[in-house]
Amino acid sequence: MRRVRIKDEALEQRIFLQRAMVATAVLVALVLLLAGRAFWLQVLQHTHYVELSQGNRARIEPLPPNRGILYDRAGRVLAENTPAYQLELVRERAGDLEETLARLGRFGLLEPEDVARVRQLVLSRRAFEAVPIRLQLDDETIARYAVHRHELPGVFLETRMARHYPYGPAGAHAMGYVGTISEDDLDRVDRERYFGTGVIGKTGVERAYEDQLLGAGGYREVLVNAEGRPVKGLTRAETQLRSRAPQAGRDLRLTIDIELQRVAEQAMAGRRGGVVALDPWNGDVLVFASLPSFDPNGFARGISRRDYLALTENPDQPLFNRVLRGTYPPGSTIKPVMALAGLEYEVVGPEDRIFCPGHFSLPNSRHRFRDWKREGHGTMDMEGAVMQSCDVYFYRLANTLGIERIHEAMSHMGFGQPTGIDVQGERGGIMPSPEWKRGAFARREQQVWFPGETVIVGIGQGYWTATLLQLAKSTTILATRGRHFRPRLVRALVDPATGAVEERPPQELPAVELARRENWETIVNAMVAVTSGPRGTAARAARGAAYSIAGKTGTAQVFSVGQTERYDEKTVAERLRDHALFVAFAPADDPRLVVAVLVENGGAGSAVAAPIARAVFDAYLLPKAD
Amino acid sequence: MYEELSASRTRRTVTATARLLRALRLDGMLLAALVAVSAFGMFVLWSAVGNNTVLWINQLARLGIGFAVMVALARVPDRFFRMLAPAAYAAGIALLVLVAFAGDVGKGAQRWLDLGVIRFQPSEILKLAVPMMCAWYLYQRPLPPSAGAVAVVLAVLAVPVLLIAEQPDLGTALLVAAAGLIVLVMAGLSWAWLLGGVAVLGAAVPVLWHFLHDYQRQRVLTLLDPQSDALGAGYHIIQSQIAIGSGGVFGKGWTNGTQAQLEFLPERSTDFIFAVIGEELGLLGLLALLAGYLFIVGRSLYMATQCRDAYARLLAGSIALTFFVYVFVNAGMVTGLLPVVGVPLPLVSYGGTSFVTLMAGFGILMSLYSSRKLVG
Repeated sequence: MRRVRIKDEALEQRIFLQRAMVATAVLVALVLLLAGRAFWLQVLQHTHYVELSQGNRARIEPLPPNRGILYDRAGRVLAENTPAYQLELVRERAGDLEETLARLGRFGLLEPEDVARVRQLVLSRRAFEAVPIRLQLDDETIARYAVHRHELPGVFLETRMARHYPYGPAGAHAMGYVGTISEDDLDRVDRERYFGTGVIGKTGVERAYEDQLLGAGGYREVLVNAEGRPVKGLTRAETQLRSRAPQAGRDLRLTIDIELQRVAEQAMAGRRGGVVALDPWNGDVLVFASLPSFDPNGFARGISRRDYLALTENPDQPLFNRVLRGTYPPGSTIKPVMALAGLEYEVVGPEDRIFCPGHFSLPNSRHRFRDWKREGHGTMDMEGAVMQSCDVYFYRLANTLGIERIHEAMSHMGFGQPTGIDVQGERGGIMPSPEWKRGAFARREQQVWFPGETVIVGIGQGYWTATLLQLAKSTTILATRGRHFRPRLVRALVDPATGAVEERPPQELPAVELARRENWETIVNAMVAVTSGPRGTAARAARGAAYSIAGKTGTAQVFSVGQTERYDEKTVAERLRDHALFVAFAPADDPRLVVAVLVENGGAGSAVAAPIARAVFDAYLLPKAD
Repeated sequence: MYEELSASRTRRTVTATARLLRALRLDGMLLAALVAVSAFGMFVLWSAVGNNTVLWINQLARLGIGFAVMVALARVPDRFFRMLAPAAYAAGIALLVLVAFAGDVGKGAQRWLDLGVIRFQPSEILKLAVPMMCAWYLYQRPLPPSAGAVAVVLAVLAVPVLLIAEQPDLGTALLVAAAGLIVLVMAGLSWAWLLGGVAVLGAAVPVLWHFLHDYQRQRVLTLLDPQSDALGAGYHIIQSQIAIGSGGVFGKGWTNGTQAQLEFLPERSTDFIFAVIGEELGLLGLLALLAGYLFIVGRSLYMATQCRDAYARLLAGSIALTFFVYVFVNAGMVTGLLPVVGVPLPLVSYGGTSFVTLMAGFGILMSLYSSRKLVG
């Protein structure tokens, strides 16, 4: 039988009270649990979470340093920094990098050929770094970006200081240029220093003095929200942010005289080749022209792959530094120093005469070494031989000296080794000798030195190659009668903050000492005769000069003419024509400037190269018209 | 002389206030605590909404509505709530069914009913209607409840809970279930049954797991290892713990919390406002708030024990303890003790519906309390 229960108010009230008390106990326990949890987080783990929140809210924003400014010797600005807009990409905020790159291409903000390069660049930097992907934007590109900005997460328009070269192509091979940092560049530099910097010196002074020009980057922590956008107005939080001011790089005073440089480049107009002008008394390089040149602003702007290919595929090779890296047969320009060697080794005297029939043969050989003047120069002494550039005289002299002595003498004059100029990439050329030939050729039969090879070295042909800078520097030794200096493009470094100037003293090299000092004068007089004698090869170019020039023309063979053929300039293809050369210093009795000129495929040195040197001398030595 | 005067004026003011409260059938202590915690909430909210005046005024208006509802319900005679219980329950179920077919989908869940003028969640009604219904049923039977009565109550409970969980709104389903179960426990459900039920529930976890939505499973998994999904589901938990932990004992200062102000903290004005308090006002701020909550629940529970019949006691007790469940579920979630379920922090979080429901609950509580037998 079921027991019927009835409601018992007192019991129910008691039960409820009892339950309420249990509930209160549970309640208090749970509140204590929450309080304990808060205590754990806020007291015991406090430091840990403070660090996490600090890392959350602050983003490091780089403050790139101002790159040092380049001045020419007169204080004219050669490279400066101007504000410019650039596009930067932050990988971690771009979301899908591939999609972003594709869109950049679609909106015309990135050329298709550049996508691969930019991708590699972006991936090589840290995810939170802003990587410049396009520099120095023009108004139209900025407008295009503005229209599509919302479709380009992680891509920002930033104002940065950009490199600008006001003289454009003038002197570009000496100054070099800056360009977007590549992955290769990053391998050879300290990445930390380039945080926020998009460019690096690629060639010339910009590269050689990169360390001084760069300065030190700064940074500042910016308060950001969860989307990474900078925020302002939380004063207390902002005061805890750290920052470091950037330090500007050092300004450089170059030895280049940009006006003289322009005179030289204008005189060369349309030709390939180079002009070097040195101050013989300290090694200053006043003119460093390699032509055709290029506009370094293109690189600073972030050159597109198409433009770059246009430069590299140009048959005239505008990017090729002919002054530093072009090695040419020096040709007749070395006849003065060859004559000097003859005097020093006392194998010939100034007055000794020989007969030039227009050709020279070694004993027991039918091979004829021909003179450039088919009918011969007749009887020649040393001065006449230099003045008229008689080949036969120097064939004979070289044969008498022998290759070992020639090698020794020419090494003293700096041939076969780099001059040590303060920029990278210089070539040393070749000063041949039997020893050199043994090292240079693999096959045994090729390693033998033949007497005929000595003969053509006498006129600066054969294996002998030299850079234009070497020719100029060897000429300074004649100008100073033995003293010489390491060529330099930078005279001084200036700290823009303090104005402190650090002069770089000229670096004098061990002087060339002659047993008989009057030998210098003999040679210099012969070189003066080149420009002033009745039959001097450069007489026409030097006519009417208000100062005396000591010089020597040269014509370097590009290809050899057969034994029975005649060299006919008109019928030879332009690229196979001889290179025209001229080395000189002036005034002859008080040398202030040494000039060396090379015109590729220019033909005769006298007609083409000498007038260019004359223009440089005039501009430098004559009082200015205005 | 003057002091005496001022003292008597104070006395008179106190007396006048007490008289007014009695006339309005309000409980002074509970009202004071509710006002204090709400004011604290408005203070924190100013910082959490980012000094947004419009949002803050909106919330202030809701506060006004909530308190008005409370005052209004407190004046309603207690028997009315008893009579109304079955009707409210039936209406709530009907609306839930309606929402399942015609509701708006928001944030991947179908919870809202658009009445043209206002959108509201019918599940809110059930937060009160369910304990009312349970209490109404048990009140008519001798307590502690028989097995049959328990079964009926569980069935009454299961219908709305399953409907709400299906929306899916796990948080509200949990709160509705809690409200009903609390009634059962307070009615005297035997401890053996209670423990047995917990054991059965534990055994049912794998089965339940099967019925959970992906995002609900994810929330549970994420609780166990927040770092496993640091930028996804774990983000909320990680960022809220950073906020609280970095606040320290004294906090970073009002409106100076970097986690909250820089928007690292998600849902900072709604579900995660507890973390804002922890970050800006520190451990002291959190303890003060918890103390306020404890006082409210304690006072409410005391009031429940004073009610004149089983129905009033059970409903009042459920309202008091459900309020605490709110607090614990939210605070536990934000501090990383519980999985992320969308439960607002009562009286503090931005948002209207739940606040008004809460205040309605307190209004009913006050009505029940004021109808107590003053002489035992």
